[in-house]
Formats: sequence, C-alpha cells, structure tokens
Amino acid sequence: MPVSIALRDIVYEVRAGMTARDALKKIDILPESVLITRNGELITEDEILKEDEQIRLIAVISGGSDRKTPGQVGKNP
Amino acid sequence: MKCKKCGKKAVINMRQHKLGLCKAHFLEWIPQQTQRFIEKYQMFGRDERILIAVSGGKDSLSLWDVLNRLGYHADGLYINLGIDDGTNYSAQSQRLSESFAESHDLHLHSVAIETLEGYSVPEASRLTLRGKGRPCSVCGLTKRHIMNRVAREQQYDVIVTGHNLDDEAAVLFGNTINWAVGYLERQNPVLEARSGLVRKAKPFFRFYERETAAYALLRGIEYIYDECPHAAGAKSIYYKEVLNSMEAKRPGTKLAFFLSFLRAKESGIFANGHTDDRSELRNCQSCGQPTTAPDICAYCRTWEQIRNRQSRIVDERRI
Repeated sequence: MPVSIALRDIVYEVRAGMTARDALKKIDILPESVLITRNGELITEDEILKEDEQIRLIAVISGGSDRKTPGQVGKNP
Repeated sequence: MKCKKCGKKAVINMRQHKLGLCKAHFLEWIPQQTQRFIEKYQMFGRDERILIAVSGGKDSLSLWDVLNRLGYHADGLYINLGIDDGTNYSAQSQRLSESFAESHDLHLHSVAIETLEGYSVPEASRLTLRGKGRPCSVCGLTKRHIMNRVAREQQYDVIVTGHNLDDEAAVLFGNTINWAVGYLERQNPVLEARSGLVRKAKPFFRFYERETAAYALLRGIEYIYDECPHAAGAKSIYYKEVLNSMEAKRPGTKLAFFLSFLRAKESGIFANGHTDDRSELRNCQSCGQPTTAPDICAYCRTWEQIRNRQSRIVDERRI
C-alpha cells in the first residue's frame, strides 16, 4: 500500500519503505522548504515511511517583496 | 536520528550545524541561541522597552514567545493593512496576534491603515505609481513608517522584527546579484538609532525558516499558515527557493553566505563605498518623522498622491 504525502491541497503517493528524504526527492520537494509530520508529530528526514500511513508536510517559506531590494522602494525612508 | 543531547528520538535535524534535537532540547536550544545572538550583536538589554512587530505569522509570534520566556519586556504592534482579496488575510492574522497576546497576557498595539489613511494597502497600491500596481512596496513603506512612529510616540527603545536567516539571505542574494551597494551597506542584524529613527534588531536572523516554523509547531503556537495573497510570484520567494536548492546539496550554504557577508562588512569591504547610511536626516514637514528627502517624507508623499488621485477620479466621475 502506498504512503500518502499531503502538502496544502495536493496529495502525493509514494511507495512505503523509503526514507522521508527520498520520498521528498521523488516528489520533487526541497527538504529545506518543509517540515514533515506524522500523526501531527514532527519527524526527521531519515524516518522510514510505512505502509498506509499519512504524512503531512508543512510549508515553511514565507515573505513578500516588501524588503528593501532594488526597484521596489524609493530612496527616501 | 537521535537527539545529540539526550539520545531520545530527534524531531529536527539541523544539517548546517550537524545537530539533531528532541522536542524538549530543541525548545530549550532556540531561546538559548536567541539570548546568545541578542548579547553577541548587542541588540538590547534587559531594562529596555521593546516593541515587536507582529504579523500573526510563525516568525514574529515565535519571537514574541521566546522573548517572553527569556523575561524581556516586549509589547506587540500589529498593523492591519486591509488585505482581504477573498482570504480575510488581515482579519485572520489580527485575530491570531490578538489571541496570542491575550493567552500570554501581553500588550498588543493595533493600528489599522484604513482608519489612519482612509484606504487599505491594496486600494492604495491601485492609486499610486509606487510598486507598479503591486501592494508590496506601499506595504513595506507603510509598515516601516508606522513602526517607527509608534515606537517614538510610545517611547520604546528598540523595534524588533522576526526576520529569519532565509529572509536575510534572500535580501542579500537579491542585492548582490544587482550589486546594490547602498542596500548591502545597510543590511544588518541591528540598525542603530539615529536622528529620530528608533533602533531595530532581528534576534532570529541566524535561525533557518524551518527552525522558527518547527518552534511554533512544537510550542503549539497558532499562526497564519497561508501566505499573504500578494506574495505569490515575489522575487524574495524565488530567491529563497534558489538558496534552498543550494542548501539541499551543501548544508550550511545559506548561513555561510550571510555570516561571511557580515564578516566582510566588518573587515571594511564598504569602507570606501556609498555613504547612504550616513546621509543627513531631516524632519518631514508634514509628519515630523525623519527623512532624507528635503521636505516631505516618502510615506506622506505617497499617501498624499493616493488621496489626490482618488479625488481626481471622483471629480472626473462627477463631470
């Protein structure tokens, strides 16, 4: 049975027996951009994913372009 | 993976430090490190009055929680920018900020831009050339202005923000690929007070975004998970993704990038460069806040332009 991995509204399926890190690689998600949870508990990327279980990813990237970078704000504070 | 401190099951692996920690030790490690950064970079002292800019997001609420746990006196400032766009973004983030303040018995100042200036930030951005239709520029200008204004009026010693390492590295990356020397010169974990500008500090600037999110999750802090609806396609997010691809292959890249930059600055890389940071400040003739402009500050100029444009639209409709 596959393992389901949810990130926001998208659900991916991978085979059981691989590590969370390999699973993220498989579905093309950078491990630096998410936290991995199993039953609401945070787990590390070396955890082996088991049959039938549901994994939820929490996206961690935030921010708009309101910081001072060229072309976005004027010269005077 | 096991916790490096106690051997129990780790909940987080910080590859840049080769450090895995269990929940209990991670929740101890974050405040310890924050205290270390506050002291190392001389951000503020125990007796100083701190105003923390709170957005309802993971970084600012986690920082408020940590400062509170460390025994600092920090009041919050929430700025309602009137961002709705079908998501109730501002209303929801205000509710989460208020609920955090209430449950921790902390004081929160709230300012609504619509009450203050008559328009929400998205409305305003449609009425000004600033930001070319994107609200982020008006938003950033408005937040910086209000933060300083409230801090001065209420006599706070320092404004703190929840910027993390990913935020700082993304800004540095953007400014480096554009060789924006003036902006590079000004990027610092602490901006000292000068001529009416209150000191600013970023106690979380050495934590990765994953770590602040993990802290919020493990502490049970309810934060706004959805991104600002206007952040989609923002350059800063793209830069973060680029840096994360590098980090995935070479752990520690982001941290080394930013810390080497700070060291290079300390060793005088900009010694003969621009002098933007030392440019003379005057008081705005309209609001009295400091500005490098000769008469009216950018905030007053922008909001005046917004009101004028709206009046012209109303007049044209009457005709």
